[in-house]
Amino acid sequence: MTVAELSAVDMAQANGRYAVELHNTHIYYGSFRAVKDVSLQIERQRITAFIGPSGCGKSTVLRAINRMNDLIPGSRLEGRILFHGKNIYDPDVDPVEVRRRIGMVFQKPNPFPKSIYDNIMFGPRINGWRGTKAQADELVERALRGAAIWDEVKDKLHQPGTALSGGQQQRLCIARALAVQPEVILMDEPCSALDPISTLKIEELMLELRRNYTIIIVTHNMQQASRVSDYTAFFLMDADRAGQLVEYGPTEQIFTSPNDKRTEDYISGRFG
Amino acid sequence: MSTTLNPGERPTGYLPEGADINRNIAARRLRGKIWQALFFSSLVIGLLALGTLLYTIIDDSFGYIAVQTKIDPEELSDRPLAELSKEELIEILRANISAGLFRRFDRDEPFSERSKESVLQLIEERVIGREVVASFKLTESLLERERIEATVRERFPRARLEFHSWLNRDFLTRPMSSVPILAGVGNAILGSLWVIAITMILAVPIGILGGVYLEEYASDTWYYRLIETNINNLAGVPSIIYGILGLAVFVRALEPLTSGAAFGVTDSNGRTILSAGLTMALLVLPLMIINAREAIRAVPQSIRQASYGLGATKWQTVWHHVLPNALPGILTGTILSMSRAMGETAPLIVVGASTFVVFFPDSVFDKFTVIPIQIYNWTSQPGSQFRNIAAAAIIVLLVTLLLLNATAILLRNRFKRSY
Repeated sequence: MTVAELSAVDMAQANGRYAVELHNTHIYYGSFRAVKDVSLQIERQRITAFIGPSGCGKSTVLRAINRMNDLIPGSRLEGRILFHGKNIYDPDVDPVEVRRRIGMVFQKPNPFPKSIYDNIMFGPRINGWRGTKAQADELVERALRGAAIWDEVKDKLHQPGTALSGGQQQRLCIARALAVQPEVILMDEPCSALDPISTLKIEELMLELRRNYTIIIVTHNMQQASRVSDYTAFFLMDADRAGQLVEYGPTEQIFTSPNDKRTEDYISGRFG
Repeated sequence: MSTTLNPGERPTGYLPEGADINRNIAARRLRGKIWQALFFSSLVIGLLALGTLLYTIIDDSFGYIAVQTKIDPEELSDRPLAELSKEELIEILRANISAGLFRRFDRDEPFSERSKESVLQLIEERVIGREVVASFKLTESLLERERIEATVRERFPRARLEFHSWLNRDFLTRPMSSVPILAGVGNAILGSLWVIAITMILAVPIGILGGVYLEEYASDTWYYRLIETNINNLAGVPSIIYGILGLAVFVRALEPLTSGAAFGVTDSNGRTILSAGLTMALLVLPLMIINAREAIRAVPQSIRQASYGLGATKWQTVWHHVLPNALPGILTGTILSMSRAMGETAPLIVVGASTFVVFFPDSVFDKFTVIPIQIYNWTSQPGSQFRNIAAAAIIVLLVTLLLLNATAILLRNRFKRSY
């Protein structure tokens, strides 16, 4: 599937409500089933939080959405994950294309050991970007502004990204993801390595980004989920240690009147 | 289980209390001190070994030599020879050697065209005929000067005693000679450089590319595990076995190629620089691959994930992130492999390094000698002066290796990146 084709689908579904849909998804690592029968639909331009105790498969599900699990030998997926109505696990879909359209921010800030400028431009360059120096400068500025870090780094664009503070590095990583113009941004516990002030900045940034992007965030921090997300999915490990979706709905409902007893126990801090 | 225990009760068994605590700590500290002393003594033993090595080498490389001449230079002329004109020197030469020999020199290169230095050299070689009749070690020379003087006066009344550094500029530039004081490692150094160059041209790219494949592309299947095990074992195979392989394959089976016969070189057999370089490349290839793999593995997974997450292909990830970040490690390993190849002797003896080469190599199809072979050859010669030049050659080899290792460290620090 090429960019052009994806964009064509995009036009057709411009008014589609869901950015990503999971249908009966099972994920295996070798013979071990890590995730069992997850179905959920992620709304466009909303923040969806995946919560649950460690090992419940929420990160695995997140990484399945841009096929990052493909990098783990022996991983396998059954079921369908639809992006613009197209199953991204169809044989004719190239994971490289998927990852361009569905960006990812990782738990630990991982800027490249290059300058801030090159960190931002890496994505566009490898994806065949063409343009003048001025256009590149503009792209870098746009991405950094988008990640609310421009004012802090505009005078040191050619210094290494690794010299920034942890919170700045994480926003640089978000800016780097924005530079390839994705539609969906997956965030895998983006604040777990950061202090409360940096966390607050990232959360504000997420609310800002929601206007243009669909965000899916995995978090261990339930306050964070309740503060920023519009929808919350609660995952739990079953007796076979396979993760499954227990409950999914608007955040307010999950946090105030969950339907499932286990959700209520987890939310109220009775376990986990 | 917890229900059977009373939380207020002290557990049975004994945990030191009161004065026992201090005794216990003292005993633990003593044990630590004993181990520390053991570690330190190992270090001392190592340093002693190194010191002894350096001492014996340096002891042999410098010291007094007793020089005897056929004619005292002062008998030839009342002025120092160096001050005489070329014509006067030619006259001295004509007067002191046979007419036939003089004509031969003139035929080789007419005296009218020779430089003054060249004539002076002929006089020194043929007329004065400096000959080293005895050599002494550095410690003897420094501490027992009188005894040496007495010995020399008694045994070689005509000899003169002078202090000599066997390691000197002539030694570095001259080729091999059967007379120790005229011998040098010039062509051995050049031979070593040629062999290393061929080794590196082959082993570095193949090693790095193989390492990248095994680390980034190969899946965890039984045949790749077999290949891995093989490579790891090959790194431990004794080098002489590589020599035998090189002899069978490069010197014998591929002789038309390695002797250069296929390229129009006529007067050569398979025992060439090319064969030696190919053999050495085989020898260091497993080291290169293992080292490249380790350097690649040390690149953090998070960098790869970041790259893939932006839509990079595997090749883009390898090219833009894995290789640049693994470069310092790969470079270090390359230079360490290079010093290994530089010091190897056994395989080259089997492949057929010539121990007596007086000309300088100028193509890969030439016979060759390398520094370690030269050392090996000289140490097995009778005559104490060969030991002196062997020691001097060892210094050359050690300094070269030290320089290589220092380069490795500098390069590693220069290219090191922080994550």
